[in-house]
Amino acid sequence: MIRVLVAKPGLDGHDRGAKVIARALRDAGMEVVYTGLHQTPEQIVDAALQEDVDVLALSILSGAHPTLVPRIMELVRSNHMDDMLVLLGGIIPDDDVESMEQAGVARVFGPGTDTQDIVQYIRERVSEHE
Amino acid sequence: MNEVDGLVSRILEREKRAIARGLTWVERDSEDGKALVRALFPLAGKAHIVGITGAPGVGKSTLVNSLTLELRRRGARVGILAVDPSSPFSGGAILGDRIRMQESVMDDGVFMRSLASRGHLGGLSRATFGAVTLMDAAGFDVILIETVGAGQSEVEIMQLAHSTMVVLAPGLGDDIQAIKAGILEIGQIFVVNKADRDGADHTARAIRGMLTLGMQHLDWFPPIVKTVAEHGEGLGELIGSLEKHREYLSQSGELALIRDGQTAHVIQLAMEDWVDREFRRVKAGAGWDALRQQVASGARDAAEVALEMLRSLTEGDNNGS
Repeated sequence: MIRVLVAKPGLDGHDRGAKVIARALRDAGMEVVYTGLHQTPEQIVDAALQEDVDVLALSILSGAHPTLVPRIMELVRSNHMDDMLVLLGGIIPDDDVESMEQAGVARVFGPGTDTQDIVQYIRERVSEHE
Repeated sequence: MNEVDGLVSRILEREKRAIARGLTWVERDSEDGKALVRALFPLAGKAHIVGITGAPGVGKSTLVNSLTLELRRRGARVGILAVDPSSPFSGGAILGDRIRMQESVMDDGVFMRSLASRGHLGGLSRATFGAVTLMDAAGFDVILIETVGAGQSEVEIMQLAHSTMVVLAPGLGDDIQAIKAGILEIGQIFVVNKADRDGADHTARAIRGMLTLGMQHLDWFPPIVKTVAEHGEGLGELIGSLEKHREYLSQSGELALIRDGQTAHVIQLAMEDWVDREFRRVKAGAGWDALRQQVASGARDAAEVALEMLRSLTEGDNNGS
C-alpha cells in the first residue's frame, strides 16, 4: 500500500489543486493523508515522519517555493527520511525547476499535468513493499 | 528477528521514526509486524485506552484535538490513532483527521497516526489492536482511538478501549435515531458536543432518558458531558469523567478482565497466523491433490483430514513462534 502526504506549505489561499491530486491518488488505490492549508515546513515534515509516508507531494501556488522547499528538504534530511520521494506541484516557473530538483525534489509537476502521469510516476518510483 | 529486537528497543525509547516504522509493519501485517506486536505486548498494559465514536460531523476530530491539548497541559503523553474508511472500489483512502488536529500534534509528547480501515468493518482497522499495543508499550499514558464516523453497528471499539465515548451533537437528525441500541450500549461516557447550539439540553435529556430506561442495573451510570470542543469548553469535566471511569474499571476488576481478554486475543492471533501459514505450506506440498480429492469425493471427512494435518504439523518442526 503506497502512502502519500499531500501538503500545502505557506500561505496559499485555496487548495483545489491539492484536493484534485489527493482524490486521483486515492482512486488509484493509495492512502492519502491530507493536512489542509497553511502548513509550516516543520508541521509537514513531522506529519510525514509520524505517518511514515512513501511520498511527500507538496503544492505551492504562492511563489514562496524558493524558501519553503529548501527548508523542507533540510528537515527531511535531518530526520533521516531520505528514502521518501518528494514531489512538487502548483505554480513553479520553468526557471526554478532545476534549483528545486537540486534541493532534493524528485520531480516538478506543473499546471495542466494529467493526474494519471503523477500516479504512474509514483508507482514506478515507489517499490511496493509487499 | 534481530531487526525486530532493534526496533523494539528504539520504540521503548520513544523514537518517533521507530514508532512510525513499527506502525507501518503492523499495518502491513507482515511476519515482522506480528513478531513486533508479540514482543511488545508484555510491555503494554499501562495506558488508558479511550475510544471516540459517533456519527460523521459531530466533531470527533476537533474533540480529540482539544482533549489532547488538555491532557498535555496535565502532563500526560498522548497517542492518537484515527481511522478513516478505505474506498471499497479502489482500496485507497483520504485520511483527513490531521486537518483538525493541527494544534495538538506539533508536540513531542503527542504521536498521531492515521489508519485506513482497509476493508475491515466495525469502525476500526485490522491493525488497530497492534497499533494500540505498540503505542502503549512506547509509554503513551493515554491512547485516543477515533473510529470512522459510526452509525449503529461500529461497536468493535468497545472490545479494544477501556473507556468509550459516544459523541453526539444537537440537531443532527432524530434523537432516537442517534442513540439506538448499539451505540447506546457501548458508551461509557456520552458527549454532547457543539453544546453552544440550540437543542443541546434537549439532546442531553434524550440520552439520559434512554439510559435510564435500560441501565438501572449497572454499577457505572454513563455521565453525559456537554462540550464545545472548538473552544475547549467542557474538557476539564470530560477528563474528570474519564479518570473516574478508569478508577471504576480498576476497582471493579474490569481492567484486569480487559487485559485478560487481550492476552487471549494475542495468543489466538498467533495461533491463527501459525495455522494459516502452515495450511498454505501444506497446500503447496506434494500430498495436497490427493487429500483434496478424497474430501471432495466424500471418501474422507474434512474435519478428520484437518485434524490429521494439525497433528502431523505439531509433530514436525514447530517453531511457529
